[in-house]
Amino acid sequence: MTQTFRLDKGGLINRDKKLSFKFNGKTYYGYEGDTLASALIANGVHLIGRSFKYHRPRGFFGAGVDEPYAIVQLYRNNETEPNIKATEQELFEGLEAKSVNCWPSVNFDIGAINNFLKIFLPSGFYYKTFMWPKSFWYRVYEPFIRKAAGLGVASTKHDKERYEHKYEYCDLLIAGSGPSGLASAYAAAKNGARVILAEDKPRFGGSLLTNDVNIGNQSGEDWANSIISELKKMPNVIVKNRSQVFGYYDHNMLVMSEKVSDHLPKTNKYHPKQRLWYIRAKEVLISSGSIERPIVFGNNDTPGVMLSSAAKEYLKIYGVLVGKNPLVFTNNDSGYETAIEFKKNGINPIVLDSRVSPKSEIINEAINLGVEIKFSYVVVAAKGYKKVSSADIAKISDDKKQLGEIKNIKCDCICVSGFWTPTIHLASQSGNKTRFKEEIDAFVPGVSKQNETTLGAANGVFTLEETLKNSFIAGYDLSKKITNNDNKISFPNVVEKKSSKHDKFWCVPLPKGKNYKRFLDFQNDVAVSDIEIALKEGYRSIEHVKRYTTLGMATDQGKTSNLNGLQLVSDIENKVVPAVGHTTFRPPYTPVSIGAIVGREVGKHSKPTRKSPMHSWHEKNNAVFVDAGVWLRPRYYKQGNETLFEASKREAKNVRTNVGVCDVTTLGKIDIKGPDAAELLNRVYTNAWLKLPVGKARYGVMLREDGIVMDDGTTTRISENHYHMTTTTAQAANVLSHLEYYLQLVWPELNVNVVSTTEQWAGAAIAGPKSRKLLEKLFPNNDVSNEGLPFMGYMESDLFGVKARIFRISFSGELAYEVNVESDNGNFMWEKIIELGQEFQVQPYGTEALSTLRIEMGHVAGSELDGRTIPYDTSLDGLVSKKKDFIGKRSLNRDAFTSKDRQKIVGVVPLDKKTSIPEGSHLVKDAKAPLPNKKLGHISASCWSVEHDNPFSLAILKDGKNMIGEKLFVMSPLKNKVIPVEIVSSHYVDPKGERVRS
Amino acid sequence: MLYIKCPYCGMRSQNEFSYGGDASIKRPELNKEISNEEWDNFVYNRKSLRGKHLELWQHLSGCRQWIKVERDTATHEIFNTYKADEEVSK
Ligand SMILES: [Zn+2]
Repeated sequence: MTQTFRLDKGGLINRDKKLSFKFNGKTYYGYEGDTLASALIANGVHLIGRSFKYHRPRGFFGAGVDEPYAIVQLYRNNETEPNIKATEQELFEGLEAKSVNCWPSVNFDIGAINNFLKIFLPSGFYYKTFMWPKSFWYRVYEPFIRKAAGLGVASTKHDKERYEHKYEYCDLLIAGSGPSGLASAYAAAKNGARVILAEDKPRFGGSLLTNDVNIGNQSGEDWANSIISELKKMPNVIVKNRSQVFGYYDHNMLVMSEKVSDHLPKTNKYHPKQRLWYIRAKEVLISSGSIERPIVFGNNDTPGVMLSSAAKEYLKIYGVLVGKNPLVFTNNDSGYETAIEFKKNGINPIVLDSRVSPKSEIINEAINLGVEIKFSYVVVAAKGYKKVSSADIAKISDDKKQLGEIKNIKCDCICVSGFWTPTIHLASQSGNKTRFKEEIDAFVPGVSKQNETTLGAANGVFTLEETLKNSFIAGYDLSKKITNNDNKISFPNVVEKKSSKHDKFWCVPLPKGKNYKRFLDFQNDVAVSDIEIALKEGYRSIEHVKRYTTLGMATDQGKTSNLNGLQLVSDIENKVVPAVGHTTFRPPYTPVSIGAIVGREVGKHSKPTRKSPMHSWHEKNNAVFVDAGVWLRPRYYKQGNETLFEASKREAKNVRTNVGVCDVTTLGKIDIKGPDAAELLNRVYTNAWLKLPVGKARYGVMLREDGIVMDDGTTTRISENHYHMTTTTAQAANVLSHLEYYLQLVWPELNVNVVSTTEQWAGAAIAGPKSRKLLEKLFPNNDVSNEGLPFMGYMESDLFGVKARIFRISFSGELAYEVNVESDNGNFMWEKIIELGQEFQVQPYGTEALSTLRIEMGHVAGSELDGRTIPYDTSLDGLVSKKKDFIGKRSLNRDAFTSKDRQKIVGVVPLDKKTSIPEGSHLVKDAKAPLPNKKLGHISASCWSVEHDNPFSLAILKDGKNMIGEKLFVMSPLKNKVIPVEIVSSHYVDPKGERVRS
Repeated sequence: MLYIKCPYCGMRSQNEFSYGGDASIKRPELNKEISNEEWDNFVYNRKSLRGKHLELWQHLSGCRQWIKVERDTATHEIFNTYKADEEVSK
């Protein structure tokens, strides 16, 4: 294949570097600096895909971000990505792309049958057709749509690319590097402001690269290059290409996606694929330019019909002809610029101008060059299926209502210009209520909402001189406001051609007897007739018309279709456009990859991993870890081929018979100091705290104001005004915030300080009948007897030279202690316990055995304190003081909380003493009752009781108090299990609590 | 993302803060007899205001102070921020 549509010279591509690429399996060649679109057009390829609804052939419509058609599936470095615009994707060696939304192929597409059935697929066809009959949706419609539709396929593989997030602050963020962006950036930068200038394309300069203008005796392109190279040298300026500012959020936070490596065959080492910038700007200059509007006519979606500005861009930037026999159809002077470029390159275009007799410098230049021009002429319909082959044209009456005799002329492309639509998306996103500007038939930003200023074409200013003047002033004024500097730069001399007025004409009427499809939205296949139907059916609000017809709702967000849709509604409804109103733009302006949004927060990086000081010991001793909040905790220590079940049973059993040691570093710890510390505890906990002696610990329960249990734990009085509070691992952060809330806002008169000390202390729980013997070895100089250190006692000691705190508290129901040392000594403590515990058969135990032990003894934890239970439900009501007030107390006398058959924690044992009960199962009276079977309660936690050697569960059961001894059924529809069970006390082991006091 | 002026730390991004609800709610005094209605109003009933709203935020990943923020719930405009014990200007 040769590049038969490539000019011999011209363009900004690097002709010394030839690149090969594949499209739909076929190899082609292009040059460095091409886009996939320009390279394909150079090779004469115009059929790119199929349209979404009717599967009509699709070519190229634009040359950049506004492209509605040329969306491809891209293959790069063994990865694939959908929703890539061929007009934006830069060519690289080895690039591969495929068409989307066509099956089995782009040339023969089965879905194109929709095109011939189109009379049956009017607007709202999704709503009407696929609603009835209901069963058809799954069997017929969905499988068909899945196969035949869709704009590409997401990869199911893990994305190995790296994406970064970056936070940046600046005085001025300037979105777009066209004339207004460059001028304002230059003026502001010279005045000392910190500037970020962002350009979504690879090349800076915007319209200056394609327009025939002169600034300060330089061509537009040369002026742009000189400004950019000067800006790049300035330390207060960040200049970024391939970077789209796509979202304007609250408080001048803008988000920009930088495509760092998408233009390369593969991402360089140490580089991300894309980078997402969060930019907080003091002032924002929106210089996003404008997008050419199409004129609507019959079959205006045929490949080869494209925007006139795109044709010019392919010529001037890429040296590519979109056709060799072009027709230019325009309602303003812009079409002539394209015609002149064709003419200068030896091609003879024909210009059809809807205007009667316009006069301007540009038109004169075209006439002088010998361009054939037909005034008061329009394209009625494009002819050709997969590519334009001719056009039906006709003279149009001055009122634009009557068509003259229709003639057919040969052409291979139709370049359309229906004037310009300012790109107001960012301004609209900022909250700016845009206004309709009659002179340009388009919306422009109104009063600024945030610190945003819109300049140049984006503000509806289409002359270069005025644009530059406004932009120099804006850059200077805004920077002066911020920096207080006063360095003004001189204004360059500008030469540009003057334009004449555009024609307020946007849709060619249908000739008699013809029923051509005239498309408004090219990506979603919304035609003039669809809007007409929607209005006939009574839809009035533009928001409703939009949703019903899907106008402007495709991935291009209606960049080329919104205004023509509004014009149509306003014509039919006989209202002016601003009365019809238009929809608010939402971010993102262009699609952003999920990878860029997620950034580095993937897998293990999505949250920090916290490890205890003893982590490496656990690792060396075959611990299998489990995520406990952000902590990694040993779940069990695997011996040989043990399963989780076997290991946890062994570890739990060893605690009940000998002694075990468990890493409890992860428990939340809060240091509480101050003369009013006891008073705070007394208000926060449900039980009494004013009389706790120094050197004693107490178990406490805290509630939320609504009476629900928030957390539990022990708090120890270290000295007169100093307490050490422990919380559950999961609630540690919430409890601290909770205490700070009451101390700072509700009771600021309390003289108390709280601070988290979770990381300061390493903790080991030593539990089992032989734990005291082990303690005697660890602390030979202390009296740790039952009298010396009684249950709930506290002692400060010294562990072979290391400061230690000993708490006699138990979570397992056994005689137990908790030893804390400073974190750095954690490993030393652990190894000492293991070493000295050998003679007592000490074994480490993990969270699974820990759970077994606490379930057996009926000690509640997170699965019972689940945000739905009050103290009574969890048998903690004995800890609720009747005398004093505390947080949440007033809620406990609500009717539901005091009802006689209130839910309560119970134990559950299967009748066969063998079948394990799945957690989350429901308890019912009658397993065979008709549905819905009344649920009496649920299983909150299950274990294999090592004491009784059979399964045991805890449940929260309605009227649990009076259910002991009842026989019920456990049902788990998920696991397809029905288990007959007996309800027993939740205290399955040592119900009198003798062991902990032994 | 909001940009919130912590009275202690200055302008900081929203992701350092956590939201704490209506700042005009006063907890009933301890040990005071109150009606169910009063208690329900304290625990549950909140106006979902459109417009100026005085609310609590905690500078969680910062100084950990609870502060009062006067914000428009529709436009997100922040008019003023106050320390917990500071008088709110009308
Ligand atoms: Zn702060």
